Amino acid sequence: MLVPLLLTLKVAATATLLALVFGLAGARLLSRYRFPGRDLLDAVFTLPMVMPPTVLGYYLIVLVGRRGWLGRWLWERFGVTLMFTWEGAAIAAAVVAFPLVFKGARAALESVDRQLEGAARTLGVSEAGIFFRVTLPLAWRGVLAGTMLAFARATGEFGATLMVAGNIPGRTQTLSLAVYDAVQRGEDHLALLLVAITSIVCIAILVGAGKLLRPRT
Amino acid sequence: MAKKLVGFALAALFVSLAHASEITVSAAASLQNAFAEIGKSAGSKVSFNFGASGQLLQQIEKGAPADVLATADLDTMDKAAAQGLILADTRVNFASNTLVLVVPATRNAVTSMATLGDADILRIAPGTPESVPAGNYAKAALEAAGKWDALKGKYVFGQNVRQVLDYVARGEVDAGFVYATDAALMKDKVRVAATVRSPKPILYPIAVVKGSPHEEAARAFVSLVRSDAGRNILAGFGFGAP
Repeated sequence: MLVPLLLTLKVAATATLLALVFGLAGARLLSRYRFPGRDLLDAVFTLPMVMPPTVLGYYLIVLVGRRGWLGRWLWERFGVTLMFTWEGAAIAAAVVAFPLVFKGARAALESVDRQLEGAARTLGVSEAGIFFRVTLPLAWRGVLAGTMLAFARATGEFGATLMVAGNIPGRTQTLSLAVYDAVQRGEDHLALLLVAITSIVCIAILVGAGKLLRPRT
Repeated sequence: MAKKLVGFALAALFVSLAHASEITVSAAASLQNAFAEIGKSAGSKVSFNFGASGQLLQQIEKGAPADVLATADLDTMDKAAAQGLILADTRVNFASNTLVLVVPATRNAVTSMATLGDADILRIAPGTPESVPAGNYAKAALEAAGKWDALKGKYVFGQNVRQVLDYVARGEVDAGFVYATDAALMKDKVRVAATVRSPKPILYPIAVVKGSPHEEAARAFVSLVRSDAGRNILAGFGFGAP
């Protein structure tokens, strides 16, 4: 009972961190720079939100499977593989959760008054300094909202996770997989308990997000 | 306008439900190719729901509208019978199979039940024993050999036997337990390393689901599977006589 819950939190937290770093970088890239293919890149970054998780799972298998483009190199060079590991589950969840951070962060970054950044620039602040000390503090609400949603989405990830990480009790069996497994085996009481735990976790996240994001008066 | 549209949609739904004279056959994943072939020669329209036998039983138990159930083991069908989910007089064994240990075709090392503990075998895929008969047979065979517990850290459980086959074909696991009929479908990607002696006989029973609204068509499908044409198709895919 506790094992799938802790594993889910570990996977979701890692996935959210990955999604936050890359989502923020992607949002920064698309909100500040104009270059050919920008709209296409925006579509590609949003794709995981609309594509079936099984399609993403398949892409990931082709990429990181033991015989995948990247996976083969990892396996032959270092003897490691992401398949059937919690790290693999985290990457699958990160891909699925990424657009939520990206979308939220992009909108938030674009709403920041560029004159404020310009003012900081005339005062001699470096570009990185401007981003972390001016832009981000002004945009944090939107970024956090996206991140919270990403965490909730990562907590419930099923399809891509099942394909990449399998369904191994104690190692990659997250709450959503444990529910599926329990129902398949006909262990309704266990399923009910797991469903209740999952619901409570998700409600806690949403209530927490709502509290954090409520504008202060 | 919106009300009218909803009305039309509901009417269309009811009409399509009422016209659903086709039967649904819930069958073990290992029967996929053979049953698809048999279904083509059926008189009525047959749609299939393939999956792990235990999963199919759970679905029917929860009221899934299946008309025929075909499992890859006697245990699951016994449970269905005990719960009164099938018409007892229609139950019959129609095929048999063999459990094999498969490895990726690229693997050079000799592999057998005895070498599964070797260090170069990192992952072994049986089906989930509680819902996948092939996994249950594999567990029984490994237990009989006194190896089940010793290999525990290596297991990656498949949701059905075809997923195990896929894991091996992709080289994601180093060995897996599937049926001889499954291995034959992927000769270029998997190699049969050993035939596994299963402590239980591997038999496929079929039965009409109780309360099926298409009992006649369901009975006809069971007869078709047992007919000469059905047997020939099953034999063509490598299934044995019951």
